[in-house]
Amino acid sequence: MRIGHADGRSVVLGIALVAIALTIASPPPARAQGTPRVVEITAKRFEFTPKEITLKQGETVTLRLTTEDVTHGFFMKTLGIDAVIEPGQPTEITITPQTTGSFTTICDHFCGEGHGNMHMKVVVE
Amino acid sequence: MSDRVDRRSFLKIAGTSLGIGALYSVAPLLGAEGEAGEVARILWKKNGEKLKPFSFVQLSDTHVGFNGPPDPLGTQAFERAVEMINGLRHRPDLVLVSGDLTHDSEKPGEHADRMRRFKEIADRLKVSAVHCIPGEHDAGLDGGALFRDAFGPTFYAFDHRGVHFIGLDNVSRAKPEVGPEQIAWLKKDLSRFLVSAPIVVFTHRPLFDLKPEWEWFTSDGDEVMNVLAPYQNVTVLYGHIHRHHEHTVGSARHLAARSLIWAFPDPATTDDKKPLPFDKDQPFKNLGLRIVEEPKGRGAAPGRPTINEVELTMREYSGTVGIDQFLKEGAVR
Repeated sequence: MRIGHADGRSVVLGIALVAIALTIASPPPARAQGTPRVVEITAKRFEFTPKEITLKQGETVTLRLTTEDVTHGFFMKTLGIDAVIEPGQPTEITITPQTTGSFTTICDHFCGEGHGNMHMKVVVE
Repeated sequence: MSDRVDRRSFLKIAGTSLGIGALYSVAPLLGAEGEAGEVARILWKKNGEKLKPFSFVQLSDTHVGFNGPPDPLGTQAFERAVEMINGLRHRPDLVLVSGDLTHDSEKPGEHADRMRRFKEIADRLKVSAVHCIPGEHDAGLDGGALFRDAFGPTFYAFDHRGVHFIGLDNVSRAKPEVGPEQIAWLKKDLSRFLVSAPIVVFTHRPLFDLKPEWEWFTSDGDEVMNVLAPYQNVTVLYGHIHRHHEHTVGSARHLAARSLIWAFPDPATTDDKKPLPFDKDQPFKNLGLRIVEEPKGRGAAPGRPTINEVELTMREYSGTVGIDQFLKEGAVR
């Protein structure tokens, strides 16, 4: 679920309403008070680097997405992530995952023959 | 309109397997006598559209140009499907192709050649019309430009013998979505019809969240289905997932066709989206559309695969614009 859109390059994403409600109802985690940790993710046909990242439940992090070639997507419905990564324009999304598990995140912007298997894991523990 | 006629049986669509494609038959069930026959006769006089049984075929995901693992057969399954359709005793009126006609190529001129190759094979079909919509491999890289050059618009609608067909494009925007312009067009297109009109939507990706992690979804599919929700007789035919699947939401039934190139596994059995391995002893295994096991009323043999009922249950006489006009005029009392 998109809850904010700054300037086209920086996209702030939330998570499910339930997760937001939980964040409001309980004291925010210490990291949410400061600058979020930044996790760099690079896309190129037909893979993401790294192939897996690990986040902590309730931790606010900024995912900084860049592409080395063409336009890619970055989509994970359960975590409310739906971003486009344009060449030369880093995309930043900030999330506070409330649900633990291993989530497959895909490129959902068709980028060529191997597009169907371009994915990575986001682990929340 | 009289209630004496069994309106629900006025117009039915039933699907069955060809082995390598899905054959749907549309039966107005007019008969030679009775009120339903009277409806048909009057309608024929009024709008020139004679209602009579007809059938159509759905083919999908031919991926012309793809020639490698896991399936080394190239266009053989597609060509065999064409031969089979032409050999049917009762030839279908239409063939619908629900996307990924071709496999994409960035080699200059190659993708256009693959489009031409698809057309060469499809032109062998001895049917009155072949209607295609694009898959992401046809239109995802160029926004559908090449597809439009070869086949015309990427979305459109037409009527055929009492059934309203709608081809939807959920691939040309690169993301898995239909887009607001097309949804507005859909609303306008459907506004002509009574809610009982039999409607067949054919598109590439599923219009519901089948497996988002495998990109088996359309992000604004809910919006599309909300537009269709008032209509009581909606069948959605799609491809993309390279396997048979059935799903019903409200009065809309969603049916996936098998591919004619390779098959994907059941996502409930694996997280790995890899094509099923090729079996040289059964080269067409997992291709086409399998017969759906579904009870077919009284007398159906237990456990025996029977006809895939894709019935558009009619609650009123309706269908094309002509039928709607006919109803509004109250031609039958």
